[in-house]
Amino acid sequence: MTQPASEAPQAPTPPAEAPPATKGGGRRPALGLHADVRNLSLLGVLAALVLVGGITQPDAFLDVSNLQLVLTQASVIGVVTVGMTFVITSGGIDLSVGAIVALASVWATTLATQEYGFTGILFTAVVVGVGCGLVNGVLIAYGGMVPFIATLAMLASARGLALYLTDGKTQIVTVNSVLDLGLPATYVLGIPPLVLVFAGVTVIGWLVLNRTTFGRRTVAVGGNAEAARLAGIDVRRQRLYLYLLSGLCCGIAAFMLIILSGSGQNTNGNLYELDAIAAAIIGGTLLSGGRGTIVGSVLGVLVFITIQNIFALNNLESAVQQIAKGAIIVAAVLVQRSTVRNGDG
Amino acid sequence: MPRIPVTSRRGLLFGAAAVSAGAALTACTSNEPKKAGTAATTAAAADDKPGTPVTIGFAGPQADHGWLNAINQNAKDRAAKYSEVTLEITEGSNDTAAQIGQIQTLINKKVDVLVILPADGKALTQVGLQAMKAGIPVINLDRVFASPQAYRCWIGGDNYGMGLNAGRYIGEQLKDKPDAKVVELAGIDNLELTRQRTQGFDDALKNYPNIKKVARQAAEFTVETGQAKMAQLLQAQKQFDALWNHDDDQGVGALRAIAQAGRDDFFMVGGAGSKSAMDAIKADNGVLKATVLYPPTMAASAIDLARALGQKKGVGGMSELEIPASITLYSAVVTKENVDEYLPTGFI
Repeated sequence: MTQPASEAPQAPTPPAEAPPATKGGGRRPALGLHADVRNLSLLGVLAALVLVGGITQPDAFLDVSNLQLVLTQASVIGVVTVGMTFVITSGGIDLSVGAIVALASVWATTLATQEYGFTGILFTAVVVGVGCGLVNGVLIAYGGMVPFIATLAMLASARGLALYLTDGKTQIVTVNSVLDLGLPATYVLGIPPLVLVFAGVTVIGWLVLNRTTFGRRTVAVGGNAEAARLAGIDVRRQRLYLYLLSGLCCGIAAFMLIILSGSGQNTNGNLYELDAIAAAIIGGTLLSGGRGTIVGSVLGVLVFITIQNIFALNNLESAVQQIAKGAIIVAAVLVQRSTVRNGDG
Repeated sequence: MPRIPVTSRRGLLFGAAAVSAGAALTACTSNEPKKAGTAATTAAAADDKPGTPVTIGFAGPQADHGWLNAINQNAKDRAAKYSEVTLEITEGSNDTAAQIGQIQTLINKKVDVLVILPADGKALTQVGLQAMKAGIPVINLDRVFASPQAYRCWIGGDNYGMGLNAGRYIGEQLKDKPDAKVVELAGIDNLELTRQRTQGFDDALKNYPNIKKVARQAAEFTVETGQAKMAQLLQAQKQFDALWNHDDDQGVGALRAIAQAGRDDFFMVGGAGSKSAMDAIKADNGVLKATVLYPPTMAASAIDLARALGQKKGVGGMSELEIPASITLYSAVVTKENVDEYLPTGFI
């Protein structure tokens, strides 16, 4: 990929960002290389999947419309995963992403919201997402709650509120300007708008994590929060911003899901938290924090969606799909571990 | 630290923005405007004359799906029709332990009759037995207990028959077409009811040797999964003649995927009978041409049965002195021709 050894903090940092941010301390260049190897190994997995798909279903799989399909299906969870990658990189976790997507998509599709048309739906989805992220962030950064617990509580309450708002009903969207964005007529040069948003969020996420002070602070907080604090980073504020960012990504994803499914339902975003965490981890982001890779996360999402795609095209049962998904998570992590160990010598 | 004032000013601005956004949002929670009576107003099965007072306890799963919501609504509306019936309805739960607790509370309250739609029939068998032993007859709604001793009467839908009728309808439409291809979008695969529906569908299609089921994928009764699985099915099958979708809620997503793929080379049959599906059948401007019912009105009938049981009566129109031990509902096929009749029972 177009990924230089940039996953670890770069050398030309201002003094405040200088502390050894990664777990590896002195081995920073090596770690940067490993991040690269991780992405390469995941690319290998993806290439193998493409090969399998191409051999088993040459007509249906190797097809422009299938590429559009895979990227579209990846776009919603992909945006959530970008936010999740930031949170995990900082040593946190956000279990509430699926519930926030559900709540935002439901709130943005009530009859009252739909009266305000396109802007009303977009505004509500994003603000509900950011609002939930704000609550998460305040509880964790200033309330001293463990991220696991705070976001678990948010998971329960956001899902509950989503159910309360819908009464279990499916809220069908009738605003055409929103619905049209999911239809082929709005594709730009054959690229669905949802995929463009996904690409945009990915690029911005990569730039922010690898090329800005904000990104370096995120890595520093995840590597060693105490060292980061001593170096002058406002750790609490940084954490607040990160959960806000995750909430923002959920809000955007909720809007994308509304476009994709043409409705809002309290069951939306079911188990997104697990999919997003799994994609980030097999991508090479450390669950303990201190290292994160946006490219790896996006590759992780693409691997999962491609697996689903291949299984569906071959008309295999969902039970088999789930078994394969589990096996591939284990295989990807094992491959990465062995490459890292070899690299360490 | 010199940066403190900066932070607080920014914080203030941010707080103000958050508060105003919150104020704008609270105006957007309403779903009220277009709602009228949702549940069906069909005639009561037992006679309408008030009898001895009956307290009916009702325990169902969490209404997180349009159909389950319609179940609760049907039960409430029917109970409200009888002046002598008091309905004790519990907060729905999908958690087996929680639902057992709720039912035990109803037993302790000594309700006259219990209507139970278990989240999981097998897992709640014990509490059904417990109620029966305590002298409270149980009407088991839809998801059947493992032992017939756990209920006095079972009333529910016919999942096998639903698949059978969907298959028959599709078969009749395609019987003159050589090498016809059919696709199935199933519901949650680890539920027994999904397997029964598929079995019925397959059995019906066996009567039509010219028809072949070329693909089957399972969604999860949600719009999101319906869209995702249907999109994949459409990609895999470039041409087919008919589609059966098990559930109209996931059908919203399936129809969205069909629109996104720009396909109209087949017709679609839905399942369960939502209002949006019936509206689409009536409008007749898309691929959806029919839906096979799994009627939520069964909850209203269950209240009638519970009332008859509490008042020691039989069912009107039948000669027996008691209510039957089991009632399986028919899965009617709703098409453009008869949709007006069924539209009032369509759930949102």
